[in-house]
Amino acid sequence: MDVLDLSRWQFGITTVYHFLFVPLTIGLSILVAGLQTAWHRTGKPEYLKLTKFFGKLFLINFAMGVVTGIVQEFQFGMNWSAYSRFVGDVFGAPLAMEGLIAFFLESTFLGLWIFGWDKLSPRLHLATIWLAAIGTNISAYFILAANSWMQHPVGYRINNGRAELTDIWAVLTNSTTLVTFPHVIFGAFLTAAAFVLGISAWFMLRRREEGTFRISARLALVVALVSAVGVSFSGHWQAQIMTEQQPMKMAAAEALWEDERSAGFSLFAIGDVENGRNHVNLQIPYGLSLLSTNTLDGEVEGINDIQERYEALYGPGDYRPVVGLAYWSFRLMIGIGALSALLALAGLWLTRRGRLPAGRWFHRLAIAGIALPFLANSLGWIFTEMGRQPWTVFGLMRTAAAVSPNADVPSVAITLVGFTLVYAVLAIIEVRLLLKYIRIGPQEDRPEAEPAVPLLSY
Amino acid sequence: MELTTVWFILIAVLWTGYFVLEGFDFGVGILLPFLSRDDTERRAVVRTIGPVWDGNEVWLLVAGGATFAAFPEWYATLFSGFYLPLFLILLALIMRGVALEYRGKSDSTRGWDRAFFWGSLVPALLWGVAFANIVAGVPLDADHEYTGTLFTLLTPYALLGGLATLLLFTQHGAVFLALRTTGELRGRAVRAARLLAPATMLVVTAFLLLARSGALSWAAVGVAFAGMLGALLATVAGRDGWAFTASAVAIVGFAAALFTSLWPNVMPALDPANSLTVTNAASNPYTLTVMTWVAGIFTPVVLGYQAWTYWVFRRRVTGTV
Ligand code: HDD
Ligand code: HEM
Ligand code: HEM
Repeated sequence: MDVLDLSRWQFGITTVYHFLFVPLTIGLSILVAGLQTAWHRTGKPEYLKLTKFFGKLFLINFAMGVVTGIVQEFQFGMNWSAYSRFVGDVFGAPLAMEGLIAFFLESTFLGLWIFGWDKLSPRLHLATIWLAAIGTNISAYFILAANSWMQHPVGYRINNGRAELTDIWAVLTNSTTLVTFPHVIFGAFLTAAAFVLGISAWFMLRRREEGTFRISARLALVVALVSAVGVSFSGHWQAQIMTEQQPMKMAAAEALWEDERSAGFSLFAIGDVENGRNHVNLQIPYGLSLLSTNTLDGEVEGINDIQERYEALYGPGDYRPVVGLAYWSFRLMIGIGALSALLALAGLWLTRRGRLPAGRWFHRLAIAGIALPFLANSLGWIFTEMGRQPWTVFGLMRTAAAVSPNADVPSVAITLVGFTLVYAVLAIIEVRLLLKYIRIGPQEDRPEAEPAVPLLSY
Repeated sequence: MELTTVWFILIAVLWTGYFVLEGFDFGVGILLPFLSRDDTERRAVVRTIGPVWDGNEVWLLVAGGATFAAFPEWYATLFSGFYLPLFLILLALIMRGVALEYRGKSDSTRGWDRAFFWGSLVPALLWGVAFANIVAGVPLDADHEYTGTLFTLLTPYALLGGLATLLLFTQHGAVFLALRTTGELRGRAVRAARLLAPATMLVVTAFLLLARSGALSWAAVGVAFAGMLGALLATVAGRDGWAFTASAVAIVGFAAALFTSLWPNVMPALDPANSLTVTNAASNPYTLTVMTWVAGIFTPVVLGYQAWTYWVFRRRVTGTV
């Protein structure tokens, strides 16, 4: 493997790993804030129990999001220095704003929330969790604006071989950002909802605190249903924008080899990349044209045709991403979205008007379902990022040109192995800790009396 | 003032904020095994920084992000050049962050305390090594790519820089613990602060005298020295608040001495023709203007709520929780 391959593996592994924790942080922070608000309003002890219980799990997850995020902040400079030189002017701006506006907010107010239960008035304490939760969502917006610029560069000009920012507003309101943000946020809410639902089901299965966990299960089901609908609609808009901005990605996602009118949506295909065709292709008629153009007879471009057009435009080269990967990651992501929606509907029906699901099958499904959105999130990013290949910045910079020119194989190999091993160990520790605190379950409120003496005067 | 100058100063301020705030976090981690005798005391020591350490670390993240936005060439050269030391720093910060958040939630805290110790010591040492190299200059080619190896960075002078930050942050942590604890724990922190002071003053001053260049940096070295001296005197006098203030001033002087020596370079090359300067490393004026507005609006807000946090947690932590 050369430096480029190693660097790509490293970026892929560390970023997908970071994004295992990110969506849970984003979604769960808002759910915990909502639960605490409910307690604040009603004074019901169940809400306080749930706030503290899921709050603890949230914090265990948040810590991992933070420490893996630190690596992200410096990776562009370490492994992708040519890229950083080329885009820093444009790309650095949203990244710096994310730190200044969002990271300070979430980290500071989360510290206040954790340690402030007995130091702040209840209202002020409630405000701290909301501010932290809002911080995580703002952070998502800025980083997605940065990423969207790589998918669809706007608001810049090329000068002296570098991209220079000309319009920050264009970057922050990039059409790609505007559809990516809701998709990622709905995905995050689906993740948090599945997490809360699965854990609530675990308790109900064991008949522990059924009354309390019925509340969180219902809440999670509603959130899951809304989010599943949300990811579908926003995903649909994304697909339309993508068809326009990155037709190759859409074509690869559909294993559509030639330009086609009234194209069908592929359900199952076995492709032949060498010869640019499919052996088998099971389709929903008109599906793809409808999805990507809103009309039944819209034209969708195919891989072979786009490849020819790109060669004319950008010069000789292979402009096709790994088709099989794009095809299956796209399909599985969507399949999981549909499955989650079904599961949420079934759950709401089973728990309607104060009922509890009679059998145990639903609980078991709900527990297994925790994994689904995590998978969908990873697949979504793998599709988005690998579908953009061979470009790092679409149409402007190829991945091969982005890598640090002075990086050597041993160094990158050391860091690749180092991060991967440390991350693997941390994953085991984190899961064990989560399981431990789930088993302990909600606690009666322990007063954390702190006999403190005042500060010495100067 | 030129915008590039404004951003040079802003980035210096971000690093200074990072060193002042995370400096005592590092010190607390390094002193943990030496100052605390039992589990309760260890918990109290960790508790002193529990609510604030993550917010302190964000100063580093913002320094990184701001460098990326304002001086992309600096960001690219620095982090691709100092590749393996940065990797070690990142690993240490990962271990340390996880240790701080998980030690209280685990059944056994021994492993976590060790992770907290090493995760504090390694960056406290390596940031000094890195900045010593930045100020002294490193081999860069005409494309501003670093051409040295890991061992190019490990000169005796750079190691002196590492020792300087290690001592400075440890001393700062001792003074901080004296301010934030009570009883025997506080007594031990005071003793540590006194014990460390002579070595810290010697090594830090020696390093700064070797590193400094330019007239302004004389003043900064003076401030650093006065700060360290003030911290010692106030510690001896039992004035914890003043000792901490003076220690913070020492770190401000330390960072100021480095950055004033650096200016107008951001990363001098051994061959001056290849040096990265505030001009040739900078973003275009439009980006700098936008970022100046953003920083101008949000920095005061951040300073406001972080200060408020310290106010909320102003009480001393006792050994009984
Ligand atoms: C859609 C959302 C999203 C995406 C795509 C990313 N992140 Fe992230 N990141 C977050 C959403 C987030 C968050 C929700 O704000 C986190 C997760 C857990 C946390 O503590 O904050 C976070 C934490 C986090 C931190 C630690 C912040 C702290 O100490 O509080 C850093 C430095 C980064 N991220 C940097 C990055 C970079 C450079 C990315 C690009 C590759 C990236 N993240 C992708
Ligand atoms: C957090 C969610 C993200 C995930 C899971 C993700 C995933 C990936 C993956 C799997 C790759 C490797 C692609 C390949 O090697 O073929 C990659 C590459 C890359 N991504 Fe992302 N990405 C994410 C977010 C971002 C963001 C927010 C940015 C920019 C701010 C970004 C910038 C890059 C860069 C610079 C590369 C390296 C060049 C390349 O190989 O294409 N990614 N990402
Ligand atoms: C249900 C139908 C869904 C559709 C039609 C859909 C559509 C899409 C499309 C078109 C993209 C690529 C955007 C681009 O590369 O420009 C994408 C990316 C992504 N999807 Fe989905 N998706 C669906 C479900 C889900 C679900 C259930 C999740 C997670 C819970 C999810 C998470 C993601 C993520 C994290 C990305 C990468 C970030 C991005 O580009 O937005 N998606 N999705």
